[in-house]
Amino acid sequence: MSVNNETSLVERLAARFGDMLAVKVERNEVTAEVAPRDLIAVATALRDEAGFRFTVFIDVCGVDYLSYGKTEWDTDTAQGESFSRGVEGQAVGRFTWAERPRPADLPRRFASVYQLLSIEHNQRIRLRAFAEDDNFPVVPSVTGIWPGADWFEREAFDLYGIIYDGHPDLRRILTDYGFVGHPFRKDFPLIGNVEVRYDAEQKRVVYEPVSIEPRVLVPRTIRNDADLDQARAEAADRWREN
Amino acid sequence: MEEIRNYTMNFGPQHPAAHGVLRLVLEMDGETIVRADPHIGLLHRGTEKLAESKPFNQSIGYMDRLDYVSMMCNEHAYVRAIENLMGIEAPVRAQYIRTMFDEITRILNHLMWVGSNALDLGAMAVFLYAFREREELMDVYEAVSGARMHATYYRPGGVYRDLPEQMPQYRESPWHKGGDLKRLNTWREGSMLDYLTEFTNDFPARVDEYELLLTNNRIWKQRTVGIGVVDPDKAQAWGMTGAMLRGSGIAWDLRKKQPYAAYEHMDFDIPVGVNGDCYDRYLVRVEEMRQSNRIIRQCVEWLKANPGPVMVQNYKVAPPSRVEMKNDMEALIHHFKLFTEGYGVPAGETYAAVEAPKGEFGCYLMSDGANKPFRVHLRAPGFAHLSSMDAFVRGHMLADVVAMIGTYDLVFGEVDR
Repeated sequence: MSVNNETSLVERLAARFGDMLAVKVERNEVTAEVAPRDLIAVATALRDEAGFRFTVFIDVCGVDYLSYGKTEWDTDTAQGESFSRGVEGQAVGRFTWAERPRPADLPRRFASVYQLLSIEHNQRIRLRAFAEDDNFPVVPSVTGIWPGADWFEREAFDLYGIIYDGHPDLRRILTDYGFVGHPFRKDFPLIGNVEVRYDAEQKRVVYEPVSIEPRVLVPRTIRNDADLDQARAEAADRWREN
Repeated sequence: MEEIRNYTMNFGPQHPAAHGVLRLVLEMDGETIVRADPHIGLLHRGTEKLAESKPFNQSIGYMDRLDYVSMMCNEHAYVRAIENLMGIEAPVRAQYIRTMFDEITRILNHLMWVGSNALDLGAMAVFLYAFREREELMDVYEAVSGARMHATYYRPGGVYRDLPEQMPQYRESPWHKGGDLKRLNTWREGSMLDYLTEFTNDFPARVDEYELLLTNNRIWKQRTVGIGVVDPDKAQAWGMTGAMLRGSGIAWDLRKKQPYAAYEHMDFDIPVGVNGDCYDRYLVRVEEMRQSNRIIRQCVEWLKANPGPVMVQNYKVAPPSRVEMKNDMEALIHHFKLFTEGYGVPAGETYAAVEAPKGEFGCYLMSDGANKPFRVHLRAPGFAHLSSMDAFVRGHMLADVVAMIGTYDLVFGEVDR
């Protein structure tokens, strides 16, 4: 996994796929963004062609970009005045995708992220396909290329509601039989919508609306002021001994 | 002639050989499997979503509870992902400690596996022997973290604390006294590393005992040889890793191929199978225990000779010592912020994988710069393995399904997450 290895992979990807992929390398990890319509062609080539040979299917997961970069506790205005209580802020699930905070570089809400491994070249790659429609996210299924994608796609469907077109058996997998909603979406409350208990009178298990209140113990905060660079500089100065 | 129809059978979720909460819906033609449909999720706790609602450090404990027989390996994947994003690296002593505990964990896992798998296939005694050694290693877990299983010992930037100077000893009680007590404490006179030295000297002979019980056992071979044959190409396409892949003859091990922690300094071998059946995977796992023992011994030697810090000195990530907090305002503030708010992780995404005992355990971590992860996805090896169940048990007999569940080395904590 040397740097050269990654660079040459990026060059090979650029030579083979051109504009079909938007490739970037961060922390020695190669990420390629692909449009859903190109996914099958790209994935097949990545598996079969000699320069790639990504034969091992590692992972698929869904991602919901709603609330990306959004905090519950604003610290930018901290100097000179006191903090507000963080829980007052617009927490996850309290705004819609249309009102999302930082629309600039995130064009779509749902993405399907693939991790692949090539044993032959000892190399990894990550593919990301953004679903075109935020209200009805559809991505083609890669089960025909790697059968191992089967359950991972079912999981992403179950948890995020991403439809994998061409999947042979797209059922829920992790949630309960008869579950309503897609629990990992950012607008699905952490406490859920229903709770379940055994009713002694009816002699069966009953579902009821949740009785607990949502709460935030530690507000979500993004601090641009206390950057890690500062901490690194401090560590380098060995300021403790001074 | 009456028409004979296939029938459907429920295997689990309450079945001793279902290894927890697997519900397997089997379509049977007599004793033969026509179709297997595993239903999972009975242990789904939404770990990934819970992790999104907490500062990074507070989710380390959740990782123990995923694959609850290889606890520290799960933690390792998670803390490595955080370290990747923050660009910090644990001190070298912490790397060796992690390597050592990963291997202790591997032995713990394989002991559990060999015991329970043998139990599933009708060999009672192995379980008792395997749990004897598990207990010894769990004492090491307890000595270092205070918990026998759910250690929460690894931290981004190192490990929580250094190894104990004194291995805890048994005290006299109505159950442990006299010569018995003395025997129990023979290894425990010195430090934890001395205890582990004794263990590693002793352990190969113990592995011989398990092998004596199983390797040439006629019944064991009848139940495993030629069962669940996985050919190497299929293994890759199904996302198999770990012993499932190596059992099919592919010498792929992240510890060698993409080394992390201190594995590049370790001398060990990667066992591979030939036929890719349950028996080969058994042999691979048994040999892995011996190799893990070698690695532990190398780590113990290095750790005895090289004292040093086990945590980065960066107070944005690691808490300052209690003593410093008494005298230093800065240290007190750091401590307060770290435990109330946590630390922000630079925006970005990473995939960190470790060679867990069951295969590749990966953590895909995405941060938007906040003090909580934006998305955590845990790639559990058992999930990928179990998904191939239908493809590999078709045409086998019902009893072979049990052998197959055993050979997958399933733990539902990680499959259901």
